Order: sequence, then C-alpha cells, then structure tokens
Amino acid sequence: MRWLLAKDLRILRRSPVLLGTLVIYPVVIALLIGFAISNPPGRPRVAVYSGVQTGHGTIAFGSQRVSLAKYANQLYRSIQPLHAGSPQQALADVRDGRALAALIIPADIDQQIQQLIESGTGNPTVQIVLNSRNPLERDLAKQAIQARVDDVQTAVSRQLVKLVIVDLQKVLSGGSVSFLGHTIHLLGLRGIRAIVQSTIASLPPGSKQRPALQQVADFANVAIDGLALAGPGIGGVTTPLTVHESDISGSTTPASSYAVAIAAVVLLMFVTLLLAAGMLALERSENAYRRLVRGLVRPELLLAEKVGLASACALAMVLATSALISIFVPLDWGRFELWVVALAVAGVAFAALGVAVGALARDVSIASLLAFLISLPVAFVALVPSSAISGGLNTALGVISFVFPFRAALEAVSNAFTGSEPAIGLPLLHLMGLALVFSMLARIALLRFGER
Amino acid sequence: MVNGAAAALRADGLTHRFGKRFALTEVSFEVGTGELIAVIGPNGAGKTTLLSVLAGVLTPAAGSVELPAAGGSAERPSSRTVGWVPQQPALYSKLSVAENLRLFARLERVPDPEASVALMLEQSGLAGRAGDQVKDLSGGNQQRVNIAIGLLSGPRVLLLDEPSSALDPRQRARLWEFIAGLSEHGTSVVYSTHDVLEAQHHADRVLALDEGRLVFSGASEAMDWSY
Repeated sequence: MRWLLAKDLRILRRSPVLLGTLVIYPVVIALLIGFAISNPPGRPRVAVYSGVQTGHGTIAFGSQRVSLAKYANQLYRSIQPLHAGSPQQALADVRDGRALAALIIPADIDQQIQQLIESGTGNPTVQIVLNSRNPLERDLAKQAIQARVDDVQTAVSRQLVKLVIVDLQKVLSGGSVSFLGHTIHLLGLRGIRAIVQSTIASLPPGSKQRPALQQVADFANVAIDGLALAGPGIGGVTTPLTVHESDISGSTTPASSYAVAIAAVVLLMFVTLLLAAGMLALERSENAYRRLVRGLVRPELLLAEKVGLASACALAMVLATSALISIFVPLDWGRFELWVVALAVAGVAFAALGVAVGALARDVSIASLLAFLISLPVAFVALVPSSAISGGLNTALGVISFVFPFRAALEAVSNAFTGSEPAIGLPLLHLMGLALVFSMLARIALLRFGER
Repeated sequence: MVNGAAAALRADGLTHRFGKRFALTEVSFEVGTGELIAVIGPNGAGKTTLLSVLAGVLTPAAGSVELPAAGGSAERPSSRTVGWVPQQPALYSKLSVAENLRLFARLERVPDPEASVALMLEQSGLAGRAGDQVKDLSGGNQQRVNIAIGLLSGPRVLLLDEPSSALDPRQRARLWEFIAGLSEHGTSVVYSTHDVLEAQHHADRVLALDEGRLVFSGASEAMDWSY
C-alpha cells in the first residue's frame, strides 16, 4: 500500500492547481470565518439631525434629572453619525446614498417627554428615515437606531415608575416634599391610622364618635395593605419578566465554537470527498485500475488506500485551519486529542462516501462534479433547524441527514471542540457505521461496472 | 505441443457473456512457446474480451485458462506469468517513465526492481527519456512504456490488445520489430488487431473470431482472407 500512497502523493504534488486549491481554500475559509466571528457587524452610517440645543435636553423626574445626551452618546457608538444641519439635509444624505438612514430629533423632544411625564399627554416623536435600496443594510441601520431609542424609552419609564413608587411610599409612611421653596411634612397613612386608633382608645365605650373613627381606621388598614403591595408591583412593571436561562442537555456549545465546527466539517467534507472520489476515478481514467487489480492490489486495499489518503490529507488541512481560526476564536487546545479522533473518524466516513462516488464515476471531472452535487445539499439539509420546517419534511430531512455523514460529523466535532454533551461516542459509532456502508457500496459499484 | 513447440498457454471452452449477450462461446486454443499469434475479427467479435479473459481481468462464465508446467501439471495465469497490455496505455500520466516502471515493478514484487526498470528502459529504447512525464511522450512512446510494464515480471506469455491502433506507420514498424524480438527470445505473444496486413506479416498463426466464436485457427497462409 505504501507504494500506492507514495504514487498518489507524488501525483498530488505534481498537480499544482489542485494542490493550490487544497491549500489556499482552507486558509481563505479560516480567515473568512475568523473575521466573520470575531468582528461584530459594521456600524451603519446614519445622518443625524438634532434640534436640541447643546446643554439642553434634560428631563426632570421629581428631584432626579436625566440627560438625553447620555443616550445620544450611546447611539453614536452604535452608528457612524453624519451630523446634518437640518432635517432636509439629513433626508438628502439618505437620498444621495451618503447615509443608510436619517434620525431626526425635534428641538422640543425634552419638553414633549417632560409633558408626558407630568400630565400624561402628548406623544414624543423622533423620525427615522431608512434607505430601502439594500434590505440587509436597511435592517442593520434600523436595528442600530431602534436599539438606542428603546434604551431611552426604557430609561424614561423606569425613572417615571421610580418617582411613582417614592410618592406612594410617602403617602403610605409619610415624609417631606418641597413645594414653592417650603418643605412640607406629610403624615402618611400609617401615622393617620396610629392617631385614629389612639383616639378611639381614649374615647368612652359608648361614645358616638367611635363608629365613625373606626371607619377611618378600617379604611387606613385597607389602604396601607393595598399600597404596600402596589409599590413592588409597579416596580415590577419596569422589568416585567426576569429571564433565567437554562439548558436541558448539560453544558452548551458556544455559538462561535459551533461556527468553527461547521467550518471544520464543511472543509473536511469537501476535501475528503473530492480527493477520495477524484483519486479513485483517476485510476480508472488513466486505465490503471484493471492493471492494478489484476493480482497486484486487492480492490478492497485500493479503496482503503484512497480513504486513508483523503482522510489524512483532510485531517492535516482542517487541523491547520482550526489553528488559524483559533487566532480569532478561542478553542480549547486541551481537547486536541479528541479533535483529532473526531475529525479522523468523520474524515474516514466522508472519504468512504467519496470512494463510492468515485466508483460510480469513471472520470475525474464527473467524480468531482458528483462530489459537489452531493455535498452541498447534504450540508444544507443537516443545517436546517428542525423548528423551521413542518413535521413530515422534518422527518424526511432527518432520514437524509442520518444516512450521510455531515450531521454526525458536526455533532462529534463540535462536542470534541467544547466538551458539551452528549459525548462524542455515539456520533463516532454512527460515522464508523456509515464508513462501512459506503465502503461496501463502493466495492459493489466497482463490481457492478465490471471492474472486478 | 503447438507447431513443434511446447504449449505456453491453453484456453479450453472459454465462454463469457455481458448480460444476455454472449461475447465468447466455447473458444479453445493453445499458444506455443515463442509463438506470435494474431487475433482478428470485426468490431464486437470478442477480441478484447478474449484477451481480458486470458489475462484474468475478466472471469469466464465457463471454460479455463492454464499454463502447462513441467511434469504435466498446470497453473493458473497470474500477472507474473502472463503480461497484459491493454489497448489504451494504462499509465500514470503525471509520473515519469521510470517512476511508472518502478511502481509496477514494486507492486509486481519483482526481485530487483531497479534492474528490471533499467532493462525495460533499454529494451524499449526509452532510457534517454526515463525522467520525462508520460503525458509529454508521443502515443508511440506511451505504448512502448505500456508494453514495457507488461514485460516487467518476465512473463511467459504477453497479451497485447490492438497495440498498433494509435501509432503512425514508422512507430508501427518499430513496434513490430520490438515484438518480433520478444518472440525470438521465447516470449509467446498474442495480440489483437483490425489490420489484416499486420496479421499476415507479423503472426505465426491467426485466430479469427466472429460473434464470439473461433472460426479459424491456423497459419496466415492458410486463411481465406476474402472472408
């Protein structure tokens, strides 16, 4: 077998286009994925017109004051602001393509919000104008602006609720408020109840004032109980839901590691499939296959040699690619042995599929085309989220994913990268089974086409 | 004995079919040591199938191929005893002439691969192009390498499937000179051809096939060529 391996490696070395593709392709994939994962989406350029004068834009919540400038600064960190001198200028920036969107803030926005707080009337409005030429860029700009506008809304409502709660506490327990420069002490319901109850106790048992005072005391009791509950209830409105995240399958795979696993498996699939299918088809297109299997090499050994060659080359490339990607995404190198095992077994399964393809095709170009035609939908089907499709189709796609190695390979490799559950044992067994089945299919295909 | 020479190969009742179609029907003949045999017939007569069955590339549905050995025993053909040269050169185009020869010598488990490679390069007249990749050779030279690989193990019988079909007249002449030399040195040669003149001039005996049946076996002078 070593002479065959040496021969194939020599042929690969003398195929500069193929070799260049096999080396450059993973490097490009690695860099693309690395940059894509490590860089957040770019900041959209947004034309901003703010009519609010510098130094203004403060909203009073009782004794507390909130400056809109704080939220404007947050907004400017999410976008590339293009300051416009007028609303018309902002609109022109969008129309002429200098900006993806325009944000127009009226001069009296602070007063509008203040009025809403104090009287509950009015509808403070900012204007967003989006350029709809590119839907993706439009959404990116919209999300960036909307997120900051939501921040302002949340801040205002939170401050408002805090103010209400403080006032409620004063109604309940008493306190002091400032009014026209004077400090006024409020008694509070609890104080009133205490005074009324002590007054009732001091009255003679038959006093006609007792029932009336008792009614006041009963009202105070009900009001105290009600308001004591209302305060925390209103406070809860600002954060109506507390989300506690948990997963039922133990630890989870971080999204970035999962993306790296997808990249590794896609790369593994392409390289092994193309190499195994192409190198087996080459034996036939060069007419050497019949000469080889005429007592020189058993067909099974030849298939094993192609599987070994393709999976070993792919393993080396994927490991090199993973090392490159780890510059951008932290990977757990302590689990390196498991990476190798998962990638090697997955590579053998893909290569077995490759020799089955190569056995069907007599020509290298047809084998390569078949390998592409099979691998693209197999990867696509395995990556479709089950929640995105109906039950019947989900079952069909599940069966397809089961009989091809992609999904099992992805499970094994992502688990090997991160140590998430379930362990890699089951997917590895699945892959070994598929490798056996596809190798047998390759052998049958060679027999079927009269190639011993 | 065949024409006074000991038999080097014996085919007995060879039958082969592809699906329902019979490509060979009960073909029997012997090849003498050092004998040069031409297998002729129209397209689809079964020439390539016959050579493939003799080479062991195809397994016959019925019949047998054996090589008589000393003491009346016989052995089955193998790549060591029967050299096979397919019609299309079976070579790796990105390997050099010497690398192709060396690879097959090693796979054949030839005792001294380097010596065999050197001998074949000399016999085929390609010593000066040993380092050239096969893809850079002419069709004639590729056929020479193809034949040289078939001779690496020093077989008793050499099977050639239409060896001259892709060659120009000058290359053909050199090829027949080469094959005649092999025959003179005791290697039995069986080749197929479409070319009647080749069979008349370069064969001790002619086997004529028609629709998978052997319709003539004898000296070319005895053949009714109008048939």
